Amino acid sequence: MAEINTNDIVRPENLTYVKSKILTDNVMHYCPGCGHSTAHRVLAEVIEEEDLQSRTVGITPVGCSVLMYNYIDVDFQEAAHGRAPALATAVKRLMPEKFVFTYQGDGDLAAIGTAETIHTCNRGENILILFINNGIYGMTGGQMAPTTLEGMKSSTSPYGREVATMGSPIKMADIVALLPGTCYVTRQSVNTAGGVRKLKRALKKAVQYQNEKRGTCFIEVVSNCPSGWKMTPVESNKWMEENMFPFYPLGDIKVPAE
Amino acid sequence: MAKIKGAVVIDRERCKGCEVCVVTCPTQTLALAVEVNAKGYHYSYAANPDACIGCANCAVVCPDGVITVYKVKVG
Ligand SMILES: Cc1ncc(C[n+]2csc(CCOP(=O)(O)OP(=O)(O)O)c2C)c(N)n1
Ligand code: SF4
Ligand code: SF4
Ligand code: SF4
Repeated sequence: MAEINTNDIVRPENLTYVKSKILTDNVMHYCPGCGHSTAHRVLAEVIEEEDLQSRTVGITPVGCSVLMYNYIDVDFQEAAHGRAPALATAVKRLMPEKFVFTYQGDGDLAAIGTAETIHTCNRGENILILFINNGIYGMTGGQMAPTTLEGMKSSTSPYGREVATMGSPIKMADIVALLPGTCYVTRQSVNTAGGVRKLKRALKKAVQYQNEKRGTCFIEVVSNCPSGWKMTPVESNKWMEENMFPFYPLGDIKVPAE
Repeated sequence: MAKIKGAVVIDRERCKGCEVCVVTCPTQTLALAVEVNAKGYHYSYAANPDACIGCANCAVVCPDGVITVYKVKVG
């Protein structure tokens, strides 16, 4: 058999994977290996595959992902810190035909924005909340977040989080799953190919449920922050698997009745 | 028996050298280069291109979407 070389394989008819055109050509400002980038890429793929580009409105948070609108080519509105679900409520109520999502870090969603998160879910607003939980305030220098694990070091818990004085890490997905307004609550990851593919399926379900007006969809992505955790990207993913996943187990927490 | 052969094209200048693709590849096709790109990152490249099976796992985990994957059936 004749050997086949790379030039024979790299042809348009053999294309297996290329990034979505909805992900712009701007180089993302995220640190190497940051899960924010992967989450953006997957979301862009879903928007393309579901043909949602012209009817999507995203709400960006304050945090590392504040500039998300530079990377995904859909309409966006920037919210004040923690207020994305309130803004998403307004956008969806005024333009119910739009696919509306918020994209929020754990400082944004689980600290300053706790009230908006809980009440938006409780009202069952017909939006998707995409929650990137990296257990830390990435943008401002790795301060402790409500989601920081017990014993985990951060710039404001240099000896590790102590539950007696700082409280326990908070599981937002489990909390909002208790509210009748949420229809779909799931926890996913982006550090493995299998995890990314599962997140993609979860996002497609959230699109379907929003089309069917089922209520609030809440997708948590347990993610890394190599810079804030002071690890290489590969080390951070390993640390996440060993420490974050046992406390924030992956999988569906609430699924709608068929 | 039909065999699948794959090939990857990596946008060297957009790669941030995070190594996530390297550890994900089931066939040890990829490695980080000793040289760096214009941004100073040790970029990923197909060090062992013949091993690639076109599974796309590397591209699916690449945070920055810089890997394009092709595959063909041979034999
Ligand atoms: C009203 C207000 N308070 C505080 C800040 C400072 N601030 C900016 S980002 C941030 C936390 C971001 O952390 P997180 O939401 O976890 O996102 P990450 O950067 O980790 O993705 C804080 C406290 C601000 N910009 N506005
Ligand atoms: S600081 Fe952390 S969350 Fe922010 S871009 Fe860097 S790795 Fe990602
Ligand atoms: S396509 Fe699969 S086999 Fe080829 S380099 Fe990527 S991960 Fe490795
Ligand atoms: S995963 Fe992407 S950015 Fe990271 S080293 Fe591989 S090609 Fe470069």
